[in-house]
Amino acid sequence: MKVKKKTIGLVIYLGLIAIPIYWMLNMSLRSNAGILASFALYPKDITFVNYLKIFTDSSWYMGYVNSMIYVSMNTVISLTVALPAAYAFSRYQFVGDKQVFFWLLTNRMAPPAVFALPFFQLYSTIGLLDTHIAVALAHCLFNVPLAVWILEGFMSGIPREIDETAFIDGYRFPRFFITIFIPLIRAGVGVTAFFCFMFSWVELLLARTLTVTNAKPISAIMTRTISATGLDYGLLATAGILTIVPGVLVIWFVRNHMAKGFALGRV
Amino acid sequence: MDKWGNNKAWFLVLPVIVIVAFSAIIPLMTVINYSVQEIWGPGQSMFVGTEWFKEVLGSYRLHDALWRQFLFSGLVLLIEMPLGILIALAMPKRGWGVSACLVTLALPLLIPWNTIGTIWIIFTRPDIGLFGKTIYTLTGVVFDHTARPLDAWITVMLMEVWHWTPLVALLAYAGLRAIPEAYYQAAKIDGASAWSTFFYIQLPKMRGVLTIAVLLRFMDSFLIYAEPFVLTGGGPGNSTTFLSIYLVKIALLQFDLGPGGAFSLIYFSIVLLFSYIFYQVLLRVGKGEKA
Repeated sequence: MKVKKKTIGLVIYLGLIAIPIYWMLNMSLRSNAGILASFALYPKDITFVNYLKIFTDSSWYMGYVNSMIYVSMNTVISLTVALPAAYAFSRYQFVGDKQVFFWLLTNRMAPPAVFALPFFQLYSTIGLLDTHIAVALAHCLFNVPLAVWILEGFMSGIPREIDETAFIDGYRFPRFFITIFIPLIRAGVGVTAFFCFMFSWVELLLARTLTVTNAKPISAIMTRTISATGLDYGLLATAGILTIVPGVLVIWFVRNHMAKGFALGRV
Repeated sequence: MDKWGNNKAWFLVLPVIVIVAFSAIIPLMTVINYSVQEIWGPGQSMFVGTEWFKEVLGSYRLHDALWRQFLFSGLVLLIEMPLGILIALAMPKRGWGVSACLVTLALPLLIPWNTIGTIWIIFTRPDIGLFGKTIYTLTGVVFDHTARPLDAWITVMLMEVWHWTPLVALLAYAGLRAIPEAYYQAAKIDGASAWSTFFYIQLPKMRGVLTIAVLLRFMDSFLIYAEPFVLTGGGPGNSTTFLSIYLVKIALLQFDLGPGGAFSLIYFSIVLLFSYIFYQVLLRVGKGEKA
């Protein structure tokens, strides 16, 4: 009886999570005039006019392309630099290790609003303004510390005897790290990549500040739906739904890794 | 577990330090620079010392925003932590249900923050939104977060809980899965009730991940910007003007770099101080339980 009550509660909760998203999907399949004219729990005459508009107008769909480019760059950079560092924190004791670890975490605590303007100045000074790499580097500020933090947890779960055996067998560090150690923690790498992707994908303020036209993210383009005739709710909802799609795809691909990562109890 | 002492490990950490320092220290120095100067234009500035700090600390609008922020973050922690733990406890331990739950829970986390605001604008409108319409049909009250502060607060809180409770649930679930089956078997043999299993086994064992959850939720709710900005723009009046929104108003819209810089540093110190206190307290609590 008790198990049943728990499950019912869980199902209701998951339903509540889905409803607002369903509502946006509903809106995206109707024309703006239709939305404002009548209230409907589901779209009666489905129209893809909003989707068509976004997929045929390059100023819209380039937003998605731009976001995907800098998010992928950021995930690759974050993982590349965080893997060796996390290994160092999990295996070695060195001068200032704890201080550096805490300092890394403090970078997650700085209000992005604090950094918006100095970032703008910094990147325009070095001539990287309005490029994908600028946003990717800026997002490293909060993603690299997080990646180190998560990976360190996974690595500490791997017994050190494995490293010792490999070194006795004559492996040098780079070869051991790439061919033996990283495959051992691939669930952890998957979970970390997921979190890096997520935090870079959802961030708005820095991405918007650092871009003008060439690398403008979709989240900034969405503000354009406000026109002289008021908000175009249908178009806005469609753009919103499309921002969810890449995230859903990523979760779908890492879902087994995630389950494994969670089984190890380290996130 | 003793670690190997070896200062060469610094070479492994160096890339991280370089890349984070580039994005952290130079902008931070710029902000410090702003905070002690009066700036009229490029190359025209004057050193004013702690002038801006005094002005900002004495500003009653900042005090209001600060209390609002504390109220908001406090409510967020009070609601999201227990709710997240409850959900984690209710989740299945194996089978296809695990993937289904993980995917659904992760859904709100992967939506860009301004889209979150958009979703809730659409969802709570009294004419076209499901939530607004339902409230209207049931009670006859026109729910309007653009006109009534209470409605704005309800919407922002609902949005926040909807958006971030899954993160707490995911972390708590990870913690629960790390508890060896043997602990539960031992509890069963001792005839422990569900409550005592929770208080003496599950809760202490989840301490690590819950520390992470409290810290992340505190930091991120204290720094919240995009969602309420899209949803209410800080209004009606100033009722949902949280610290970040106020800061952006000063620094980016009015371009008052001096006060903006001073404000930023005070803001940063508050987050740092509270995160440190939380971290220490949670560490202590854990030690008491082990003894």
